Amino acid sequence: MTFLFYLFAALALFGGIGVVVCRNPVSAAFSMVLSFLGLASLFIQLDAYLVGTLQILVYAGAIMVLFLFIIMLLDVPEEEKRRFPFISFAGAGAVVTAFLVLVVLVLNRGGTAGRPLPAIVPSEPGHSDVHRIGELLFGTYWFPVQIVGVLLLAATVGVVVLSKKELK
Amino acid sequence: MELTLNHFLFVSGALFAIGLAGVLVRRNLLIIFMCLELMLAAANLTLVAFSRFNLVEGQPAYDAHVLLFFIITVAAAEVAVGLAIIVALFRTKETTDVTKVNTMKY
Repeated sequence: MTFLFYLFAALALFGGIGVVVCRNPVSAAFSMVLSFLGLASLFIQLDAYLVGTLQILVYAGAIMVLFLFIIMLLDVPEEEKRRFPFISFAGAGAVVTAFLVLVVLVLNRGGTAGRPLPAIVPSEPGHSDVHRIGELLFGTYWFPVQIVGVLLLAATVGVVVLSKKELK
Repeated sequence: MELTLNHFLFVSGALFAIGLAGVLVRRNLLIIFMCLELMLAAANLTLVAFSRFNLVEGQPAYDAHVLLFFIITVAAAEVAVGLAIIVALFRTKETTDVTKVNTMKY
Protein backbone atom coordinates (compact mmCIF):
# COMPACT_ATOMS: atom_id res chain seq x y z
CA MET A 1 0.00 0.00 0.00
CA THR A 2 2.72 2.45 1.01
CA PHE A 3 4.98 1.29 -1.80
CA LEU A 4 2.19 1.83 -4.33
CA PHE A 5 1.58 5.30 -2.91
CA TYR A 6 5.21 6.27 -3.43
CA LEU A 7 5.24 4.71 -6.91
CA PHE A 8 2.18 6.62 -8.11
CA ALA A 9 3.17 9.85 -6.34
CA ALA A 10 6.53 9.68 -8.12
CA LEU A 11 4.73 9.01 -11.41
CA ALA A 12 2.50 12.08 -10.90
CA LEU A 13 5.38 14.34 -9.85
CA PHE A 14 7.82 13.22 -12.57
CA GLY A 15 5.08 13.62 -15.17
CA GLY A 16 4.51 17.15 -13.87
CA ILE A 17 8.22 17.93 -14.04
CA GLY A 18 8.23 16.56 -17.59
CA VAL A 19 5.52 19.06 -18.58
CA VAL A 20 7.65 21.94 -17.30
CA VAL A 21 10.99 20.67 -18.68
CA CYS A 22 10.11 19.23 -22.11
CA ARG A 23 10.80 21.72 -24.89
CA ASN A 24 8.68 19.84 -27.41
CA PRO A 25 4.92 20.43 -26.80
CA VAL A 26 3.98 16.87 -27.80
CA SER A 27 6.38 15.38 -25.21
CA ALA A 28 4.96 17.82 -22.64
CA ALA A 29 1.43 16.62 -23.45
CA PHE A 30 2.43 12.98 -23.03
CA SER A 31 4.15 13.73 -19.70
CA MET A 32 0.89 15.35 -18.68
CA VAL A 33 -1.01 12.12 -19.49
CA LEU A 34 1.52 10.22 -17.35
CA SER A 35 1.01 12.67 -14.50
CA PHE A 36 -2.78 12.33 -14.72
CA LEU A 37 -2.51 8.53 -14.70
CA GLY A 38 -0.47 8.71 -11.47
CA LEU A 39 -2.98 11.14 -9.99
CA ALA A 40 -5.90 8.87 -10.93
CA SER A 41 -4.13 5.96 -9.21
CA LEU A 42 -3.82 8.11 -6.07
CA PHE A 43 -7.57 8.84 -6.26
CA ILE A 44 -8.28 5.11 -6.50
CA GLN A 45 -5.97 4.51 -3.55
CA LEU A 46 -8.18 6.95 -1.62
CA ASP A 47 -11.23 4.75 -2.48
CA ALA A 48 -12.56 7.36 -4.92
CA TYR A 49 -13.14 4.89 -7.75
CA LEU A 50 -15.58 6.99 -9.78
CA VAL A 51 -13.41 10.12 -9.54
CA GLY A 52 -10.29 8.17 -10.53
CA THR A 53 -12.07 6.74 -13.55
CA LEU A 54 -13.39 10.18 -14.51
CA GLN A 55 -9.87 11.57 -14.16
CA ILE A 56 -8.59 9.04 -16.70
CA LEU A 57 -11.56 9.32 -19.07
CA VAL A 58 -11.99 13.09 -19.05
CA TYR A 59 -8.52 14.46 -18.26
CA ALA A 60 -6.07 11.88 -19.64
CA GLY A 61 -8.46 10.94 -22.44
CA ALA A 62 -10.61 13.80 -23.72
CA ILE A 63 -8.77 16.91 -22.57
CA MET A 64 -5.28 15.75 -23.50
CA VAL A 65 -6.47 14.53 -26.91
CA LEU A 66 -7.91 18.01 -27.43
CA PHE A 67 -4.54 19.52 -26.48
CA LEU A 68 -2.64 17.20 -28.84
CA PHE A 69 -5.13 17.98 -31.59
CA ILE A 70 -4.56 21.73 -31.19
CA ILE A 71 -0.75 21.26 -30.99
CA MET A 72 -0.84 19.40 -34.31
CA LEU A 73 -3.34 21.84 -35.86
CA LEU A 74 -1.21 24.87 -35.01
CA ASP A 75 2.07 23.06 -35.73
CA VAL A 76 3.58 24.56 -32.57
CA PRO A 77 7.38 24.68 -32.85
CA GLU A 78 9.80 23.75 -30.08
CA GLU A 79 10.50 26.58 -27.71
CA GLU A 80 13.86 28.13 -28.54
CA LYS A 81 16.35 28.80 -25.76
CA ARG A 82 16.01 32.28 -24.35
CA ARG A 83 18.88 34.69 -24.10
CA PHE A 84 18.57 35.90 -20.49
CA PRO A 85 16.83 33.08 -18.63
CA PHE A 86 18.13 33.95 -15.16
CA ILE A 87 15.57 36.58 -14.19
CA SER A 88 12.49 34.48 -14.91
CA PHE A 89 14.08 31.29 -13.55
CA ALA A 90 15.14 33.05 -10.34
CA GLY A 91 11.68 34.61 -9.92
CA ALA A 92 9.89 31.33 -10.52
CA GLY A 93 12.31 29.46 -8.25
CA ALA A 94 11.77 31.97 -5.45
CA VAL A 95 7.96 31.82 -5.70
CA VAL A 96 7.90 28.02 -5.86
CA THR A 97 10.39 27.58 -2.99
CA ALA A 98 8.36 29.97 -0.84
CA PHE A 99 5.21 27.99 -1.62
CA LEU A 100 6.85 24.64 -0.81
CA VAL A 101 8.29 26.01 2.47
CA LEU A 102 4.78 27.19 3.41
CA VAL A 103 3.34 23.74 2.63
CA VAL A 104 5.97 21.99 4.74
CA LEU A 105 5.48 24.46 7.61
CA VAL A 106 1.72 23.97 7.59
CA LEU A 107 2.03 20.17 7.40
CA ASN A 108 4.53 20.11 10.29
CA ARG A 109 2.14 21.92 12.62
CA GLY A 110 0.74 18.56 13.64
CA GLY A 111 -2.94 18.37 14.52
CA THR A 112 -5.10 15.67 13.00
CA ALA A 113 -3.25 15.50 9.66
CA GLY A 114 -0.74 12.94 10.97
CA ARG A 115 -3.16 10.13 11.77
CA PRO A 116 -3.24 7.01 9.59
CA LEU A 117 -5.87 6.18 6.99
CA PRO A 118 -9.15 5.39 8.82
CA ALA A 119 -10.89 2.17 7.84
CA ILE A 120 -14.10 2.43 5.85
CA VAL A 121 -17.13 0.54 7.15
CA PRO A 122 -17.91 -1.90 4.33
CA SER A 123 -21.17 -0.89 2.74
CA GLU A 124 -23.86 -3.41 1.82
CA PRO A 125 -23.80 -4.66 -1.79
CA GLY A 126 -25.46 -2.31 -4.27
CA HIS A 127 -24.23 0.75 -2.39
CA SER A 128 -20.87 1.40 -4.01
CA ASP A 129 -19.44 4.91 -4.27
CA VAL A 130 -20.95 5.29 -7.77
CA HIS A 131 -24.36 4.52 -6.27
CA ARG A 132 -23.91 7.07 -3.46
CA ILE A 133 -22.63 9.79 -5.80
CA GLY A 134 -25.48 9.16 -8.22
CA GLU A 135 -28.01 9.50 -5.39
CA LEU A 136 -26.41 12.77 -4.29
CA LEU A 137 -26.17 14.13 -7.87
CA PHE A 138 -29.81 13.48 -8.75
CA GLY A 139 -31.15 14.05 -5.24
CA THR A 140 -29.54 16.78 -3.18
CA TYR A 141 -27.60 18.39 -6.02
CA TRP A 142 -30.14 18.19 -8.84
CA PHE A 143 -30.09 21.95 -9.42
CA PRO A 144 -26.28 22.31 -9.84
CA VAL A 145 -26.46 19.43 -12.36
CA GLN A 146 -28.90 21.47 -14.44
CA ILE A 147 -26.68 24.55 -14.15
CA VAL A 148 -23.64 22.55 -15.29
CA GLY A 149 -25.65 21.34 -18.28
CA VAL A 150 -26.39 24.96 -19.23
CA LEU A 151 -22.70 25.80 -18.70
CA LEU A 152 -21.64 23.03 -21.11
CA LEU A 153 -24.14 24.26 -23.69
CA ALA A 154 -22.84 27.84 -23.30
CA ALA A 155 -19.25 26.59 -23.68
CA THR A 156 -20.16 24.67 -26.85
CA VAL A 157 -21.86 27.71 -28.39
CA GLY A 158 -18.94 29.92 -27.31
CA VAL A 159 -16.38 27.62 -28.91
CA VAL A 160 -18.34 27.52 -32.18
CA VAL A 161 -18.55 31.33 -32.23
CA LEU A 162 -14.86 31.72 -31.38
CA SER A 163 -13.79 29.26 -34.07
CA LYS A 164 -15.57 31.17 -36.84
CA LYS A 165 -13.28 32.89 -39.30
CA GLU A 166 -15.28 36.14 -39.46
CA LEU A 167 -17.34 37.41 -36.54
CA LYS A 168 -20.55 39.02 -37.73
CA MET B 1 5.28 3.67 7.78
CA GLU B 2 1.60 4.18 7.47
CA LEU B 3 -0.01 6.54 5.00
CA THR B 4 -1.28 9.74 6.54
CA LEU B 5 -3.16 12.76 5.28
CA ASN B 6 0.17 14.60 5.24
CA HIS B 7 1.52 12.33 2.49
CA PHE B 8 -1.30 13.17 0.12
CA LEU B 9 -1.28 16.87 1.02
CA PHE B 10 2.45 17.06 0.34
CA VAL B 11 2.12 15.38 -3.07
CA SER B 12 -0.71 17.76 -3.88
CA GLY B 13 1.32 20.78 -2.79
CA ALA B 14 4.38 19.65 -4.74
CA LEU B 15 2.32 19.06 -7.88
CA PHE B 16 0.75 22.51 -7.48
CA ALA B 17 4.24 24.03 -7.11
CA ILE B 18 5.41 22.26 -10.28
CA GLY B 19 2.41 23.64 -12.17
CA LEU B 20 3.10 27.12 -10.77
CA ALA B 21 6.74 26.91 -11.87
CA GLY B 22 5.59 25.90 -15.35
CA VAL B 23 3.22 28.85 -15.61
CA LEU B 24 6.01 31.22 -14.57
CA VAL B 25 8.87 29.76 -16.62
CA ARG B 26 7.34 28.56 -19.89
CA ARG B 27 6.45 30.91 -22.75
CA ASN B 28 4.36 28.63 -24.96
CA LEU B 29 0.71 29.48 -24.29
CA LEU B 30 -0.41 25.85 -24.76
CA ILE B 31 2.06 24.58 -22.16
CA ILE B 32 1.10 27.34 -19.73
CA PHE B 33 -2.49 26.19 -20.14
CA MET B 34 -1.45 22.57 -19.47
CA CYS B 35 0.33 23.66 -16.29
CA LEU B 36 -2.85 25.43 -15.18
CA GLU B 37 -4.72 22.14 -15.59
CA LEU B 38 -2.00 20.44 -13.54
CA MET B 39 -2.56 22.92 -10.69
CA LEU B 40 -6.32 22.31 -10.84
CA ALA B 41 -5.82 18.53 -10.70
CA ALA B 42 -3.44 18.92 -7.74
CA ALA B 43 -6.13 20.85 -5.85
CA ASN B 44 -8.56 17.99 -6.62
CA LEU B 45 -6.24 15.57 -4.84
CA THR B 46 -6.47 17.67 -1.65
CA LEU B 47 -10.25 17.57 -1.83
CA VAL B 48 -10.40 13.79 -2.22
CA ALA B 49 -7.79 13.25 0.50
CA PHE B 50 -9.74 15.33 3.02
CA SER B 51 -12.98 13.54 2.16
CA ARG B 52 -11.28 10.15 2.66
CA PHE B 53 -9.71 11.10 6.00
CA ASN B 54 -12.86 12.67 7.49
CA LEU B 55 -15.33 9.82 7.47
CA VAL B 56 -19.06 10.41 7.90
CA GLU B 57 -20.66 7.34 9.53
CA GLY B 58 -17.76 5.16 8.38
CA GLN B 59 -17.97 6.32 4.77
CA PRO B 60 -15.99 9.02 2.94
CA ALA B 61 -17.76 12.38 2.58
CA TYR B 62 -19.26 11.81 -0.86
CA ASP B 63 -20.20 15.48 -1.25
CA ALA B 64 -16.52 16.04 -2.07
CA HIS B 65 -16.77 13.55 -4.93
CA VAL B 66 -19.85 15.34 -6.24
CA LEU B 67 -17.96 18.65 -6.07
CA LEU B 68 -15.08 17.01 -7.95
CA PHE B 69 -17.52 15.81 -10.61
CA PHE B 70 -18.56 19.44 -11.12
CA ILE B 71 -14.95 20.66 -11.10
CA ILE B 72 -13.97 18.17 -13.82
CA THR B 73 -16.97 19.23 -15.92
CA VAL B 74 -16.13 22.92 -15.57
CA ALA B 75 -12.45 22.17 -16.34
CA ALA B 76 -13.46 20.40 -19.56
CA ALA B 77 -15.59 23.38 -20.62
CA GLU B 78 -12.77 25.75 -19.67
CA VAL B 79 -10.23 23.81 -21.76
CA ALA B 80 -12.53 23.84 -24.79
CA VAL B 81 -13.05 27.61 -24.60
CA GLY B 82 -9.40 28.32 -23.77
CA LEU B 83 -8.12 26.29 -26.72
CA ALA B 84 -10.59 28.05 -29.02
CA ILE B 85 -9.21 31.39 -27.80
CA ILE B 86 -5.64 30.17 -28.42
CA VAL B 87 -6.60 29.11 -31.97
CA ALA B 88 -8.21 32.52 -32.55
CA LEU B 89 -5.06 34.21 -31.22
CA PHE B 90 -2.88 32.06 -33.49
CA ARG B 91 -4.97 33.14 -36.50
CA THR B 92 -4.20 36.82 -35.91
CA LYS B 93 -0.67 36.65 -34.43
CA GLU B 94 0.75 33.47 -36.03
CA THR B 95 2.40 32.59 -32.70
CA THR B 96 1.67 31.00 -29.32
CA ASP B 97 4.64 32.65 -27.61
CA VAL B 98 3.37 34.87 -24.80
CA THR B 99 6.38 37.22 -25.03
CA LYS B 100 5.34 38.09 -28.59
CA VAL B 101 1.74 38.83 -27.63
CA ASN B 102 2.25 42.15 -25.90
CA THR B 103 -0.08 44.60 -27.64
CA MET B 104 -3.75 45.10 -26.88
CA LYS B 105 -4.85 45.41 -30.52
CA TYR B 106 -3.30 44.59 -33.92
